[in-house]
Amino acid sequence: MDMLSLKKTANEIRKGIVTSVHSAKSGHPGGSLSAADIFTYLYFEEMNVDPANPKDENRDRFVLSKGHTAPGYYSALALKGFFPKEELKNLRHVGAMLQGHPDMKHIPGVDMSSGSLGQGLSTAVGMALAAKMGGKSYRTYCLCGDGEIQEGQIWEAAMFAGHRKLDNLLVIVDNNNLQIDGTVEDVCSPYPLDEKFKAFNFHVITINGNDFNEIDKAFKEAKETKGMPTAIIANTVKGKGVSFMENQAGWHGKATNEKEYTQAMEELGKAGDALC
Amino acid sequence: MLGDKIATRDSYGNALVELGKEHDNLIVLDADLAAATKTGIFKKAFPDRHIDCGIAEANMAGIAAGMSTCGYVPFMSSFAMFAAGRAFEQVRNSICYPHLNVKIGATHAGISVGEDGATHQCNEDISLMRTIPGMVVINPCDDVEARAAVRAAYEYEGPCYLRFGRLAVPVINDEASYKFEIGKGVELRKGKDITIIATGLCVSESLAAAQRLSADGIDAQVINIHTIKPIDETLVVEAAKATGRIFTVEEHSIIGGLGSAVAEVLSEQCPTRLTRLGVKDTFGESGPALELLHKYELDAEGIYRQIKENL
Repeated sequence: MDMLSLKKTANEIRKGIVTSVHSAKSGHPGGSLSAADIFTYLYFEEMNVDPANPKDENRDRFVLSKGHTAPGYYSALALKGFFPKEELKNLRHVGAMLQGHPDMKHIPGVDMSSGSLGQGLSTAVGMALAAKMGGKSYRTYCLCGDGEIQEGQIWEAAMFAGHRKLDNLLVIVDNNNLQIDGTVEDVCSPYPLDEKFKAFNFHVITINGNDFNEIDKAFKEAKETKGMPTAIIANTVKGKGVSFMENQAGWHGKATNEKEYTQAMEELGKAGDALC
Repeated sequence: MLGDKIATRDSYGNALVELGKEHDNLIVLDADLAAATKTGIFKKAFPDRHIDCGIAEANMAGIAAGMSTCGYVPFMSSFAMFAAGRAFEQVRNSICYPHLNVKIGATHAGISVGEDGATHQCNEDISLMRTIPGMVVINPCDDVEARAAVRAAYEYEGPCYLRFGRLAVPVINDEASYKFEIGKGVELRKGKDITIIATGLCVSESLAAAQRLSADGIDAQVINIHTIKPIDETLVVEAAKATGRIFTVEEHSIIGGLGSAVAEVLSEQCPTRLTRLGVKDTFGESGPALELLHKYELDAEGIYRQIKENL
């Protein structure tokens, strides 16, 4: 997919995020929007997945370790064709397929249930190790939050991945510098991220995670890196694409009211028009 | 062989090797305790299929979950304290919520851990594990049953918690005739006056206690409940109707374990007087295992005495 198409797709995913969270009257728009470009690149450029055969044993795997940003994930999956886009409006409703956090048992395309922070990376490591042991060529991708990595289990998993030289594993940290209680560095700083992952025997690439040129370059570099896993530190803007949500911790886990929803969709509509 | 003394953790290691020969997709994970959990036996036989995760049980649970989605059948192994306790939430959310095909081999359960003391004596694992939706909880009583349980766990599709002990315990089941079925209790001794429902190493001690009661003119039925969840409700209710007096015996807290599971069945289906024998809302302590079982009244003598006192 060319850069313009990626940008258009990301904009559509952002509309899905805002709409699904608005329909649910709850959810996590901020971190979904910051990672929207990464979701887009993963599902529309990078990963070998087929909506017609979501359980193909040779497919690339993805684990959303920061599972609360399910609206971004679901929007990407819906747009890719894993399930109808109309499902997004049922997010978080009683009896709906789209649970508040990813549910692999019921949602086509979801490779692992997640949401309890810190746990997803370990499962991704398990998938990467399974590929190595089974001689499979698929790759495993895992998206973590910059607040999430305060969980100690992330570093247990990172230690193991580095130790086992899992070069078929790519960890992306959505570094938007905000968590519920404030900035990540004020609450409990995990920085410097690059040095930490290097110390755990990762190849580390730091990029602007809202810039497709940089994302593209980094993912290609990761794929060519052998003998160690790669971590991409994706510096992003929380709430990216909706002006009043950008860089606001308050939009971590909050739904829009009608007025806010209308404004957000107008902004995204204009952004989409500008790409045509 | 009947009468031999074998720790069920040894049974676990040996059963893994047997199953490993039959099934290439069986893999074993450990957290730096392979020598103690006896997965070291498997490691020697299948070094490429044994994954030492280091001292990181939470990560081990997640790796097992991830690998199970890729066609492997992981047996993750540690002490009960760390498998069920430390990694509780990973077991709940990463393994059981998606109902993944992961087996948890938890050794060193209960106070018979011995000298290591309270920090390592897990008397809460049955309670923790049986509250998780979809989890099967098995606590075998001897070598024959333990090896059969490991095989049944492999053949079962879904998460399964297997509880093993450190202490060598007598073999009471005859391998040639023994049949293990998940969820089916076993009547080991017929009796008409009272019913002793026991699990794990307390089964052989309860049989010995029943012998002593017999000398006093008390005819005790003894039932082995190896599967705490799903519990054999039919057998429990039948026993309650037949004898009208139930004692449960477990090397586990009386809160949340076998005693509680039996109480739940009885109170709903056949209210019957019940006394729960086990670890009584207290931590364990250091000491030789047999001396601790004696002190906590979970050997034959203690079980006999407590039953006599409560009749």
